[in-house]
Amino acid sequence: MHNKTTATHRRNILAGAAAAALLSLVSAGALAQQTLTVAAFPAVDEIAKSAIPMWKKKHPDVEIKVISRAFADHHTAMTTALSTSSNLPDVMVVEYGYVGRFAEGGGLEDLGSAPYNIKAQQARFVPYAYRQATTNAGTVVAVPSDIGPGTLLYRTDLLKKANVTEADMTQSWDAFVASGVKIKAATGAYLVAHARDIKDIVIRSDIKPGEGLYIDNKGKVLVDSPRFVRAFTLAKAVREQKLDGKINAWSNEWSEGFKRGTIATQLSGAWLAGHLNNWLAPDTKGLWRAAQLPEKAYGSWGGSFYTIPKGGKNKALAFEFIQMMTLTPEVQLSAFKSQDAFPALIDVHNDAFFDQPIDFLGGQKARLLWRDASRKIAAVDVNKLDPIAEEIVNTEMDKVLDQGKDIPTALADAKALLERRVRR
Amino acid sequence: MSSLPLDSPPAAAPRAKGWSLSPAMAPYVLISPFVILFAIFGLFPLVFSFYLAFQSWEPTAGLSTMKFVGLENFAFAITDEWFWKSLRNTAWLAFAAGVPQHVVSIPLAYFIHTSFKRTRNMAVGAYFLPYITSTVAISMMFGTLFSTDYGLINITLHAMSEWPGIGWMFPSHPIDWLNRAENVKPAISMVVFWRYVGFNTVLYLAALQTIPKDIYEAATMDGAGRWQQFWYITIPSLKPMIFFGVTLSVVGGLQLFEEPFILTGGRGGTDQAGMTTAMYMYRTAFEFNDFGTASALSWLLFVFVAVLTWLTNLAFKPRGGSH
Repeated sequence: MHNKTTATHRRNILAGAAAAALLSLVSAGALAQQTLTVAAFPAVDEIAKSAIPMWKKKHPDVEIKVISRAFADHHTAMTTALSTSSNLPDVMVVEYGYVGRFAEGGGLEDLGSAPYNIKAQQARFVPYAYRQATTNAGTVVAVPSDIGPGTLLYRTDLLKKANVTEADMTQSWDAFVASGVKIKAATGAYLVAHARDIKDIVIRSDIKPGEGLYIDNKGKVLVDSPRFVRAFTLAKAVREQKLDGKINAWSNEWSEGFKRGTIATQLSGAWLAGHLNNWLAPDTKGLWRAAQLPEKAYGSWGGSFYTIPKGGKNKALAFEFIQMMTLTPEVQLSAFKSQDAFPALIDVHNDAFFDQPIDFLGGQKARLLWRDASRKIAAVDVNKLDPIAEEIVNTEMDKVLDQGKDIPTALADAKALLERRVRR
Repeated sequence: MSSLPLDSPPAAAPRAKGWSLSPAMAPYVLISPFVILFAIFGLFPLVFSFYLAFQSWEPTAGLSTMKFVGLENFAFAITDEWFWKSLRNTAWLAFAAGVPQHVVSIPLAYFIHTSFKRTRNMAVGAYFLPYITSTVAISMMFGTLFSTDYGLINITLHAMSEWPGIGWMFPSHPIDWLNRAENVKPAISMVVFWRYVGFNTVLYLAALQTIPKDIYEAATMDGAGRWQQFWYITIPSLKPMIFFGVTLSVVGGLQLFEEPFILTGGRGGTDQAGMTTAMYMYRTAFEFNDFGTASALSWLLFVFVAVLTWLTNLAFKPRGGSH
């Protein structure tokens, strides 16, 4: 009897020990295997990777896996993931142009309410960037990370040769075009790469609250409004006076135009200065300057946002990661220094780095200029039909520029085409 | 010692232990990998696309947001001027790139067949190389060649315009290949022609090798020249292969996507002059988030491909009498 009891007891102890060992192994394995997946596109992926050491200090047991895809591929993959609710990352980086589309579907977490409550941090972000991530219904679907304040980059040597000053160019859009005539006559250089560039910024100027870019929040199509008439008129004037090179951005002609000094100005996001310096035209160092856009037309060119898909698994950790990326001054500053990702976080806007001269821009303290612009850019409501609206407007713009179609007819046609889509 | 009678049935083989496959089931099991893969990657997308064509769907909200809309997507598509524009672009490109492929590759194959001996395989390989090279790489390379101010094509044309006597035939000013609507389609056609002419040449070479030599010998005895032999013997003998090649060109031409996509930066170029129906379908789905209309477009395109293939079949059908 005794022997039997002892044997049973021993067996129980062994079984308990084995179970405990197994449990500890399983839990240790589970902890060791916890991985937070972050899906991003180039530049943002590098920023996320470089923040991993900081993350590991807090969470040595949670790996960060950055899934990097080309810009368009990333957004296509995210669309597919959201549509099927499969292969969703924990953290999804979204570019500004896609925020509206993704927000509309309701597949992203509302970060404005509990447990996230990002609304409490609203004042820490550049106002327009925060507004861009907020839907008409007030849902905050994303947290801004970097922004692209608009700027006018110009070749100081060409302007000097044409006896044109920065003030001459920027007082109004008409003055900008008139300066282009002088520059072309004196240097042979084009004022802008493509007349469409002017249209793109003018349609983004003077947008009233509640008014979207192409469609307002009541579904009214705005593409024949005075904004568009003026934008098309200016672009047509540029083309008629042969002030644009009909050069598309990121084409061979575009980079060669910068290298050879055949493009005098470029309206763009502040990040272009970094691209020019790093790979587009490094030999033109010192020849470029930055200015505010003509007629104080403060505008935005892109920006990145962090989101959490509703189907994501590790939401608490995901939000912690997002907070680290968007609300940690060191991370934001480091991204600005290494990748020219202009911070959406106002906390770092008074850092000494903003006061430093930029060699590529001839020692100009251009970051202060861009910081000023970032505070003045108006938020534009996004609409899921913006991509098709952009396509419609660009197609009509081509007809005006290349086929001599008259502007009122082109805009009326654009309106009819877009209204057809809105009615669906 | 006893022996089994010769006409007695053989004893049943001992059953193998564990899993065994009955002879009746074996064929089904053996072809199942194909059937399963086809069902997943072939049949399911087809059925799902057909289902989607009748739905309104906000894709980023998940599968649960689909709503049946009947024929609305088809009605929208056939009244959409961009769809018809894309179809006209596609037909233009299919014709302009497809017809020269055959007009050039038949005589080219005949030339290689009759003129090259030991180096024939090298010549065939050289012509076939563009077909096996990555479409994206080719399109990017041509994008550089077509560059208005710095491209090799314009530089060459400019140099040729200075040749004495024939210089007037070539433009002296650079041609804006990819940024002017009227130039976009010819530029794309050239790339497509360059890519597929070798493939067709190989097809015709294979067919040429099946024509008996004695027919040519008999024709030579009858006093037929090379041109007559080509016209009255080679072309009729190649007719089945021409039908096959043209059908492939019609189907491929109507599904044209990669070359115009890369050359026009994914947007179809100025005034959408290079936007094919396949590109429009892709953009409707992934850029404009309208998968329902994109699916309807794909089925409409299928109808056009089917009709044109049938017409091609009709054109090559033997008429009256027997051969």
